[in-house]
Amino acid sequence: MKISRAIAVVIAALVVAGARPAAAADSIDPDADFKAFRDYYTKLFPNVPLNDFVNGPYSMDADLRKQWEAIDDFPPYDFAIDRGKQMFATPFKNGKAYGDCFPDNGIGIRQNYPYFDLKTGEVITLELALNRCREANGEESYSYVKDEMASLTAYMAFTSRGKPFDIKIPNDPRALAAYQKGEEYFYARRGQLNFSCASCHVQNPGNHIRTEVLAPALGIVAAMPIYRSEWNGMGTMSRRLVTCNSQVRGVPLKPQDELYRDVEYYLSYMSNGLPISGPGARP
Amino acid sequence: MRGGAAHGPALFVAAVLVLFAGARASAQTLPGQVLPGQVLAFDRGKGNCLTCHDIKGGDSPGNLGPPLADMKARFPDRKELTAIVFDETRRNPQSVMPPFGRNLILTDGEIEAIVDFLYTR
Repeated sequence: MKISRAIAVVIAALVVAGARPAAAADSIDPDADFKAFRDYYTKLFPNVPLNDFVNGPYSMDADLRKQWEAIDDFPPYDFAIDRGKQMFATPFKNGKAYGDCFPDNGIGIRQNYPYFDLKTGEVITLELALNRCREANGEESYSYVKDEMASLTAYMAFTSRGKPFDIKIPNDPRALAAYQKGEEYFYARRGQLNFSCASCHVQNPGNHIRTEVLAPALGIVAAMPIYRSEWNGMGTMSRRLVTCNSQVRGVPLKPQDELYRDVEYYLSYMSNGLPISGPGARP
Repeated sequence: MRGGAAHGPALFVAAVLVLFAGARASAQTLPGQVLPGQVLAFDRGKGNCLTCHDIKGGDSPGNLGPPLADMKARFPDRKELTAIVFDETRRNPQSVMPPFGRNLILTDGEIEAIVDFLYTR
């Protein structure tokens, strides 16, 4: 495999140093990774209840949690849920609607995404499924990062709140390869600042960059989409990945690039069993 | 020389400033003086040291790295401190500190100026 002797070396180094909570670098074993990943966080934060990790920085910082609880009476993402609900109820020009594209009419299913599609051999995220639904019904696709897409996913997450992540990796080499590519991307350093996703969200959860509290990677996907005060609006998982890459002065991929979908697949699998908490609000 | 009378004092001040900037090993903070290295260290687009380190005189520091204090005692060898700013991953591959020199985030001169400043803390 030419992908990366370099990445393998980085991952091996992380394993040696204990920075990567995972099994051996040269064998793909999602179950062992899952256990090591969860153990890493629960040992690092023995006082944080497992299901609280989905609340990101609020699970790490008491002051921040108080501020969050204060605004949660009037959550800043409410408008997005309402708008998403309305969009879901409005038929396309051909008379069909979003619900027709999903199991259970799209209600209470967010915890099953992303999934690996054995027919097309790729990871299907909720965002991708929504745009494919639109295209299949003769509608134009939406921007992946905010606005309509964030409203739709906010509503779908809201109807799934509390349901545990149930991500499956079918026994198919392509699915395992997607998982592994996502894992490698997550731990590989990039950008002028030389950060990996793991530099912040594995090595430094709960620590501060300036006044910002870094979220643990465990459960980080459960709160998507999120209202970020810093963005002054809603953002999807795609938006989060793109802005992370920009912040480390790297070159972001296109939203819903195959690699981004693989990362979401990996992270969601690591969060299996944790409850959907989205849409979320973050500073 | 034409205009010499008018330019004289300005040239003198400039020369003094250049001397100050060059006198790195003996950099000392005078009351009210801000070293060029402090500006670079606190600038979000340059050193941005406060994002991860507590430094006396800086607001809202982060804590990914250790506080930067007692620097003379901790780093008697200037080369060691300079090397850390240049690329700490060389010494510690797990470090999340950006390799400021290797990745051309700061020039060698900027790193020297920041090291000057750090020795005042």
